Amino acid sequence: MVMNLTRESSASDEDLKIVGTRPRRPDGVDKVTGRAKFGADLTLPGMLVGKTLRSPHAHALIKSIDTSKAEALAGVKAVVTRDDFPDMPVEYASAGELVINFYDVTRNMMAREKVLYDGHPVAAVAAISEAIARKALKLIEVKYEILPHVIDVVEAMAPDAPLLHPEQFTQGVEPTPKKASNIAKRVEFSKGDIEAGFKAADIVVEREFNTQPVHQGYIEPQACVVSTTEDGQVEIWTSTQGHFVYRAHCARLLNMDIAKIRVTASEIGGGFGGKNNVYGEPLAIVLSRKSNRPVRMVMSREEVFRATGPTSGANIKIKMGCKKDGTITAAQAELNFQAGAFAGSSVPMAAMCTFTRYDLENLEVVGHDVTVNRPKVAAYRAPGAPIAVFGVESVIDEMAKKAGIDPLDFRLKNAAREGTKAYYGPTFGPIGYVETLEAAKKHAHYKAKLGKDQGRGVATGFWFNIGGETSTSLMVNEDGSVTLTLGTPDVAGGSRAAMAMMVAEEFGIAYDKVRPVIGDTSALGYNFITAGSRATFASGMASVQAARQAIGILCERAAKTWDVPAEGVLWENGHARPASSNVGEFEPLSLADIAKVAGKTGGAIAGHAEINPKGAGPGFGTHIVDVEVDRETGRIKILRYTVVQDAGKAIHPAYVEGQFQGGAVQGIGWALNEEYIYGPDGRLQNPGFLDYRMPVASDVPMIDTVIVEVANPNHPYGVRGIGEVPIIPPMAAIANAVENAIGIRFETLPMSPPRVLAAIDAAAAGNGKG
Amino acid sequence: MAKIHVTATVNGDEVEFLCDPQQTLLDVLRDEMGLTGSKEGCGSGDCGACSVMLDGRLVCACLVLGAEVGGRAVETIEGMAKGEQLHPLQDKFLDLAALQCGICTPGVLIAAKALLEKNPDPSETEARFWLAGNLCRCTGYDKIIRAVLETASDMRAK
Repeated sequence: MVMNLTRESSASDEDLKIVGTRPRRPDGVDKVTGRAKFGADLTLPGMLVGKTLRSPHAHALIKSIDTSKAEALAGVKAVVTRDDFPDMPVEYASAGELVINFYDVTRNMMAREKVLYDGHPVAAVAAISEAIARKALKLIEVKYEILPHVIDVVEAMAPDAPLLHPEQFTQGVEPTPKKASNIAKRVEFSKGDIEAGFKAADIVVEREFNTQPVHQGYIEPQACVVSTTEDGQVEIWTSTQGHFVYRAHCARLLNMDIAKIRVTASEIGGGFGGKNNVYGEPLAIVLSRKSNRPVRMVMSREEVFRATGPTSGANIKIKMGCKKDGTITAAQAELNFQAGAFAGSSVPMAAMCTFTRYDLENLEVVGHDVTVNRPKVAAYRAPGAPIAVFGVESVIDEMAKKAGIDPLDFRLKNAAREGTKAYYGPTFGPIGYVETLEAAKKHAHYKAKLGKDQGRGVATGFWFNIGGETSTSLMVNEDGSVTLTLGTPDVAGGSRAAMAMMVAEEFGIAYDKVRPVIGDTSALGYNFITAGSRATFASGMASVQAARQAIGILCERAAKTWDVPAEGVLWENGHARPASSNVGEFEPLSLADIAKVAGKTGGAIAGHAEINPKGAGPGFGTHIVDVEVDRETGRIKILRYTVVQDAGKAIHPAYVEGQFQGGAVQGIGWALNEEYIYGPDGRLQNPGFLDYRMPVASDVPMIDTVIVEVANPNHPYGVRGIGEVPIIPPMAAIANAVENAIGIRFETLPMSPPRVLAAIDAAAAGNGKG
Repeated sequence: MAKIHVTATVNGDEVEFLCDPQQTLLDVLRDEMGLTGSKEGCGSGDCGACSVMLDGRLVCACLVLGAEVGGRAVETIEGMAKGEQLHPLQDKFLDLAALQCGICTPGVLIAAKALLEKNPDPSETEARFWLAGNLCRCTGYDKIIRAVLETASDMRAK
């Protein structure tokens, strides 16, 4: 269902011929026939197999590394360790939503002084076969001095906790502490008078929540193929959300010119934020250099789990107060996020998204970024927001219940609207939060009957969305077809289709006359990573601008042909036409007509745009879920699920629905099953899909969707990013539903059968906490 | 260790290959024959991205050794379309947006085809349990299940 609720006239929508329809995706046939080439699918002549040796310890000093036996093994062509990479200064850069520090990145890709987590790379080899590469890894002798480790975020914050980085002093605290700490950073937002806010409250709810790290769970492990030449050129084929960012990071980490590196983004088999950062690429470059052969590095699933970023596990405390009529008077949050082995979790973004759905007078959000002996976290869909919102939306539900107010009405009463000033800075323009709440309230799902041990829950989510540097170019070919070159990898959502649709709409030509491709890094100016739900917004805007530039040239060419002034020509329905009868009577010229003679009227016709757009419209969503709790097994079954979200404008509604559905099911996994399990030795015990249990088809029902459209005035078609929001509400919505089903409030994720069963038993014994 | 000489049928063609004793069928398909449509998501039979048919039976190619397929028939995603004619499941997946990143898609299609050959009229629950061995992280399964059920209905009507 698509509901267009734009307050301004939406009359222009009726003129749209392509935007809003559901054509096949341009990458579709390749993907259903097995032709599509992903990271591990490229083979080059003479290519070697690269493999990484990883730390078996959670925390240890590296005393020595002896690679001589591995180097002597027949078939081994190169071995690299920390000695093959330059050390890096403290220098920050962005990678997706998170900030990286090259001092840390070089240590994360290849341990230097210490290993800081189970799975931390300590050496890598390139050999003529997988079997020889594996054998070589076993021949590398690493001497470690094991250090005490810390896995739990609260324990890591204690003053006497084992320290990961003796040079790390908490940022964001004045004055900077003299004692080193695992707390890398403190962030804070505040507004109004929090004490007065709580004093004014009739109802105060305070709860503490704990969530586990969860992995992005892309089905394609990280994979790259690297080829270097004697004159220092580097070609990289890799599965990435941002090949320009990978190029920049490799160049910095190896002290190279950016122009010497060319990166081609393969098809990407899922990313969700997890493919914003280099892992094997710099290692493969140096292995290729040393061996003078192409090198392919593909992670195993175990390596993906042990060494690539999950999102943070966290400990959070939420305290909120409201009047009897439901008006929230105070809201307070403490967010303690695991950063993994190096600073830089998503806690700043989480802090921005904690209470933003509500128009509040008095609030305080404090976040801590805490290093622990786990893999360095990476972005995961709406990085950080789902964790904070799990707590807030759980507390909101409890307050609504205590006030005797319907949970959607409670949220409506406090909802952020156009004109609300968000506590992290901006004043909202047109936003669709209220519209999603109202649509949820009207939905048949919200009124459906429930049975025994069944319950319904709702929760909401907000993501700010981003723009970012974007370059796009397009060529009008000699026959009037159009090649559109994009620099934002299509990370699954169908952004190539969406961009081609907007360009076809602009030109007034058929969708299949536009062929979108992802250009390599030599084809376009810099493009920031596909992240933060920015592709269809920013790359879409650049594509539309490139098309409009080409249309300007097309009109000039028509003017030249007709020998009239250029301003006397306009573009309409795929044709150049005289703007009025005063200009003269001419048969309209189609795109193909003009393209055919372009060589004679001034040369090839192209358009391009290099932009850094602001004004990504914030996204809001409301979810409704019904669950049934099996009191015998502790299993929570999802009976029915509805996602309501503002998309601004759905360019391709089926792909918008796909984002809603996919995000919701990732959230269901986060809520019910997914978690990292570490032993007392600090080693990950479930680095595989059998034991890290992501949702399978039989775990979930159909996911109903309602696309609300409150246009973003800053985009030519009204687009808002939509990829992040759907993963934010599910955990709280499900926890609220479970509470309504069996009267037990879960404060710890996942709500897995053993935990649910234990809570049911505890409740029977008189302690009703989950 | 000496390589093993194997003769088998892959997508209807007789093929010969040499493989190491420890090489899986997936390794052989991808590395020896260049048939990279079958994907390795886990290497342990948990994700289904390498699903192929072996003598008419649905298997994970990562759990079968290359040396085991001597004299047997293997069908992969590369053999699913007949000439220019996509299989109805392939068409339906495109029309209903039942794929996103596409890494699980070959395995899902092979598994779905196996389902419809065994059960031309599966219920939603049957389809969900049959495909429970194929992980998809993008779609939330909704559009995949719809595409499988609609294809089944179309094929029955023919």
